Amino acid sequence: MSDDFRGTPLDAEDFEKGKVLFTRDEPKAEYAWDTGVAIGRYLQELKNGRLIARNCVKCRRVMIPPRMHCEWCWRPTDDWVYVQDRGLVNTFSLCYITWDMQRLKTPEIPAVIEIEGASPGHGIMHKLGGVDPKKVKVGMKVKAVWKPAEERVGSILDILHWAPT
Amino acid sequence: MTRRVAVVGIGSTPARTVTPELSYRELTYDAAVRAYCDAGVEPRDVQSFVCCEEDLNEGISISDEYTPDQLGAVLKPVHTVGGDGLHGIADAVMEIMTGLVDLVVVESHSKASNILTPHHIVSYAMDPVWNRPFKANPHFVAGLEMNRFLHETGTTAAQCAQVVVKNKRNALRNPAGAHAADLTLEDVERSLPVSEPLRELEVAPASDAAYVVVLASEERAKSLKGRPVWVKGVGWCSDTPTLESRDWARAEYAEGAAERAYRMAGIRNPSEEMDVFEVDDTYAYKELQHLEALKVFGRGEAGRATERGITSATGDVPVNVSGGALGAGHQLDATGLFRVVELVLQLRGQAGERQVRGARTGLAMSWRGVPTTSGAIVILGCE
Ligand SMILES: [Zn+2]
Repeated sequence: MSDDFRGTPLDAEDFEKGKVLFTRDEPKAEYAWDTGVAIGRYLQELKNGRLIARNCVKCRRVMIPPRMHCEWCWRPTDDWVYVQDRGLVNTFSLCYITWDMQRLKTPEIPAVIEIEGASPGHGIMHKLGGVDPKKVKVGMKVKAVWKPAEERVGSILDILHWAPT
Repeated sequence: MTRRVAVVGIGSTPARTVTPELSYRELTYDAAVRAYCDAGVEPRDVQSFVCCEEDLNEGISISDEYTPDQLGAVLKPVHTVGGDGLHGIADAVMEIMTGLVDLVVVESHSKASNILTPHHIVSYAMDPVWNRPFKANPHFVAGLEMNRFLHETGTTAAQCAQVVVKNKRNALRNPAGAHAADLTLEDVERSLPVSEPLRELEVAPASDAAYVVVLASEERAKSLKGRPVWVKGVGWCSDTPTLESRDWARAEYAEGAAERAYRMAGIRNPSEEMDVFEVDDTYAYKELQHLEALKVFGRGEAGRATERGITSATGDVPVNVSGGALGAGHQLDATGLFRVVELVLQLRGQAGERQVRGARTGLAMSWRGVPTTSGAIVILGCE
């Protein structure tokens, strides 16, 4: 490499042996976000094994995840609506890297699932599972695979993944 | 000033030590509803939005991306100022003065109660190579500064304690007075040392709140139902950040910010020409140091003036009638908008039992906290 580029090459050893001085620090940044009305209820219902949305009567719009104000008409949303734990794949990707850039042999399949009972184009982001990655298609019908009730804690991970019906 | 700018609407949620019932989005929505109602505008009329927040305080990278929904700012121009709410007001003023837009919203909120490691977050503001390795609680920076300020000006520890007594009592008359208390000088003097000479009760505790301020050009303001409060001047200034060679006694950044704001507002004699002051009191001594930097009092005189009651709610120079950060809590970058909201209420005559009689012009000043040397000022007036 040093033949191709000008400058002085450095490798990991130069740092380890103290030839290059540096300071190391790891942040300790911890938070506990208040879920509030909309997401608080959403998480509670996930624990119950159900999906809940909010309805805006003015826009005739059922939103999931729920929110207490509609960003289209900018009014408070009107009521709670239970929606189905199944839907259609709006978009997906076969992801061959973990969040910290480790290579994967079998891809993860992040997907946006349009939820049955919510307005068209409204859904939740999750992962597909129990499916051959090569067979996933936009528009595919999928259903939530829940954790056993006693293991659910009120988290989006209470759904393990979504599988073809 | 080519085009005049006015504050035409304010909305806030009262400062509280915790706000578990609402998410930051829901809290901000509440403030926005109040602000738009107060201004008599719809969010669709607003042409530009400014939000003021720090990602490390939010626990979200590029946190301003989550702002549009709760402000009615979807598919509108939005930008963030990594600074105090007063820096955001300055941005809005520039957008309007240049003729770019006529109606701008400034937003800031604090969910300080959601930060579980606040001292770590503050310590990341220290230089990572030559200051942070000491692992000292960042309040020591305030201790160093307070000590030199007392040494050079002859201000006494009791005078600093008096600021705490005054502001916490003022907060008793403010529904947003999250940390209001009726204390004596002895209570403050007996509170535990934090980083001497600084004591525990002299440090503003944190609180949660959300603020939305609507600003308009003169033409737009005159078409609205309410009585506008005019922006007379803005100024902001940053000193060198170095802890090793800064001036520890003087708040030079505040002097610089004041010089600019006074020039714009045409103010020559601050204590005579302004009626109400909301000035950074993150630490009790800071109120005194800042008042001197703002030339409201001469060097070494702010402490004595405080002792004599001149800065009390009924004194000649009322300072932090709202209760300030000591009485209502430090609200991260939203603290500046807390001060703006108080000034607007005072200048409109809507401040209830804490109304300063005949208030026509007021000043808000913010500091970005340790270890910064950045300050911003907004001067508002009825004319
Ligand atoms: Zn709607």
